[in-house]
Amino acid sequence: MVDTLIFIVAAVICVTGALGVVLARNPVHSALMLVMTLFGIAVQFVAQEAHFLAAVQVIVYAGAIVVLFLFVIMLLGVDRAQNLEMSFLPIQKWAALLFAAGSLTIVVALIIMVGEPVTGAEAMGGALGGTEDARLLARSLFSDYVYAFELTSLLLVIAVIGAVVLVRKPKVADAVTAGDGGDG
Amino acid sequence: MEITTGWYLVLGALLFIIGGTGLLIRRNPLVMLMCVELMLNGVNLSFVAFSRTLGDVGGQTVVFFVLVVAAAEVVVGLGLVVAILRRQPGATADDLSLLKG
Repeated sequence: MVDTLIFIVAAVICVTGALGVVLARNPVHSALMLVMTLFGIAVQFVAQEAHFLAAVQVIVYAGAIVVLFLFVIMLLGVDRAQNLEMSFLPIQKWAALLFAAGSLTIVVALIIMVGEPVTGAEAMGGALGGTEDARLLARSLFSDYVYAFELTSLLLVIAVIGAVVLVRKPKVADAVTAGDGGDG
Repeated sequence: MEITTGWYLVLGALLFIIGGTGLLIRRNPLVMLMCVELMLNGVNLSFVAFSRTLGDVGGQTVVFFVLVVAAAEVVVGLGLVVAILRRQPGATADDLSLLKG
């Protein structure tokens, strides 16, 4: 009973936040609504005994990614309300709504049709249960997925270098083209 | 009423589709990136639901990798947005059509 109540409250929080992200006119409001959705997801993670992932979700998403969004919004000064006349092509909005309705119908129909989606197969990476999810996750991460884990470190280095190269102002190009802006 | 895996999957699908629709109809590049985050979170919820139902920690490991990739994606995406908006203040996704033939 309590589980049901928690699920419903967290689901309402998630969906409200998601709709807020899409429909808010001001990008700052969108970012704050995103925080609301992320907290709802973290509650769902706790309800499914993924305690470590819930903590990481709050720290990484709400603590780092959304702060990065807000930082860029304030840096660029685009925090004014925007016209919500969203689509450039007149058909675009209706096509998007058609896409949403169609895909929602298909996915929900599939989930209901399949019914119980569990195959009953045995777990490969160690059984879950209790409060040991962090230990199991670490064991899985550093044994079965260790190469993928090393590759993510490479990915992060590439992302950092890429961001620095993208945002750097090209001083030499500015001097040559006399303030033409360079190639950004 | 008992909450089964299907409910979590429906919620994940709902978040994914709201995010996808937002990505299609919004023109502000920052809001579009936030919609991508919504889609990733919907998928994460499905992974955790399956992980719990199957009793396999592999789903949670995948969610961990998705978090890392999302962080990298946001860093590069916001770098691109800053570079674009510095050249062309107030640009929307529709203004970036320079490569159109």
